[in-house]
Amino acid sequence: MMDQILVLLKQWLVGWFPPALQPWVSVVLTVAAILGVFGALFAVATVFERKGLGRIQNRYGPNRVGIPFTNIRLAGFGQPMADGIKALIKEDFVPATADKVIHFLAPLALLAPVTLTFAVLPYGRNMAPIDLDAGLLYFFAVAAGSELAVFMAGWSSRNKYSLLGAMRAIAQMISYEIPLILSSVTVVMTVGSLSLVKIVQSQDFTLLNAQTGQTSLLPNWFVFTPWGLAGFVLFLIAATAESNRAPFDLPEGESEIVAGYFLEYSGFKFAIFFMAEYFEMFAGGAMAATLFLGGYTAPLSWLAWIPTWVWFFAKVMAFIFLLIWVRGTIPRLRMDQLMNFAWKFMLPMTLLNLVVVGLWHFLGTGVARWMVCSALVLGAYAALGRGLAGRKIGRRVYQFAS
Amino acid sequence: MTAPFAILAVLTIAGAVAAMGLRHLVHCALALVVALASLAAVYLQLDAQFVGFAQILVYVGAVAILIVFAILLTRSGEAGTQPIASPSWAAGIGVATVVFAVITGCVLASGFTQRESPAAPDVATRLIGEALMTQFVLPLEVVGLLLTVALIGGVIIAMRERKSEVTAALGEAGSIGKRQSANGNLP
Repeated sequence: MMDQILVLLKQWLVGWFPPALQPWVSVVLTVAAILGVFGALFAVATVFERKGLGRIQNRYGPNRVGIPFTNIRLAGFGQPMADGIKALIKEDFVPATADKVIHFLAPLALLAPVTLTFAVLPYGRNMAPIDLDAGLLYFFAVAAGSELAVFMAGWSSRNKYSLLGAMRAIAQMISYEIPLILSSVTVVMTVGSLSLVKIVQSQDFTLLNAQTGQTSLLPNWFVFTPWGLAGFVLFLIAATAESNRAPFDLPEGESEIVAGYFLEYSGFKFAIFFMAEYFEMFAGGAMAATLFLGGYTAPLSWLAWIPTWVWFFAKVMAFIFLLIWVRGTIPRLRMDQLMNFAWKFMLPMTLLNLVVVGLWHFLGTGVARWMVCSALVLGAYAALGRGLAGRKIGRRVYQFAS
Repeated sequence: MTAPFAILAVLTIAGAVAAMGLRHLVHCALALVVALASLAAVYLQLDAQFVGFAQILVYVGAVAILIVFAILLTRSGEAGTQPIASPSWAAGIGVATVVFAVITGCVLASGFTQRESPAAPDVATRLIGEALMTQFVLPLEVVGLLLTVALIGGVIIAMRERKSEVTAALGEAGSIGKRQSANGNLP
């Protein structure tokens, strides 16, 4: 009941309208729900990020803004409202030499494709806005449109730092798009469909148990296979790089190129860039959860009473938490490290993972396929890691500690 | 002709015309992206999901970036000053009209308008994948091989250039140094 309450609510609301209007009302309701939920999530995530980073850096983070004219402080959760109002009433500054039209269009061209990716995600049981037959392809195709928007922003500002930031961002996004797509191909190979709903259903063990009549203890998520674990980690890294988050925040690089491609944006246009970055994080987390963590499904059958959409957003928020943690912990990469990592580590690992998933499929069920696939993944990981670091395989030597 | 098709047709043609007519090359490239994306939308209108999304992924995501990079790396940022219209336009328009007429004639003569369009299958992407992996696996492999060869070739060219650049730069610096020592001032 709780699981389907949002679906029923929507049906009930749509039922009030005349039949001719019903498809339109249904679409408008879905879009409004997506925009509202992710907009609110954006506001909450900025506070979480600032407070989380504050904790990691041994300070408080925002804790002042509350309800005006009272002493109520909301533990800092009034901050997004204050930030939003500030962004709206700030001067919208456009450089004199900027290409005005493209400078204006760039933030919209960035936000639009990122928001469009939310259209195919299954948020809960029966809660996918559209179940496209080529849903995964749609996700990557639409997300690829944001690269051009980044270029538009960087180029139209007529600022060297902006252009440098845009070039870095595009080089990074193109490099990490390949491992991103290749690591998700493993799931497509296993499921045999590009539809995200089918991908989630094939990991839903209540559905699977009903078919086979057994009850398995481990959830049927792809992350609990050797290729799934490798694919999940590779996907997470590539998704972090795609959304230009630390440690892959070279395109912004405050200490080197001020703010990168959105340097010449102020006021609400800057807020839109900020929002697009967060939306990309949400989309990346949602896709990682859908592909490898069973989407909206519960991990254990006795936890299935918790609504599916709660599970989905819990997984997305876990990803956000991980990203904040990583941002507070790992320093920024150098450009050559970034490229070496993408082409010499990520790409070979994803290609090998494709072979592993093929073996996993043909080796049947049993211990043998676990041993072979795990050995392949771990061996490649060790060899590539050690080889790239210029170390020989053997005992690790700590230069300063020992 | 339906309303969505009309909108997309206008967008495609407007994008293509702007790509030819605008002064700044980067603007032209962005206008071309509009035309290519509208074409993708036309494919989606025809229920060809895979082709439409692949068009966006490849043309908007990759080819447009390639064009833009090529422009930035080869030209200066300023727009050209020479007039856009040139005498060769008349010949170009003539050739284009003839080609268009021939293609239109062929399409109309092919009996394409009488043919019934098949119903859209539910799992079109799966059918495409199966066809690519069974019937057309050899062409697919050949294309893959070709792309790999192109990739390796590109890497080799880039490597050689860097080496020769270094030697050329060294040689130039050496000759400049010699000239400086001979003349006693900067060239």
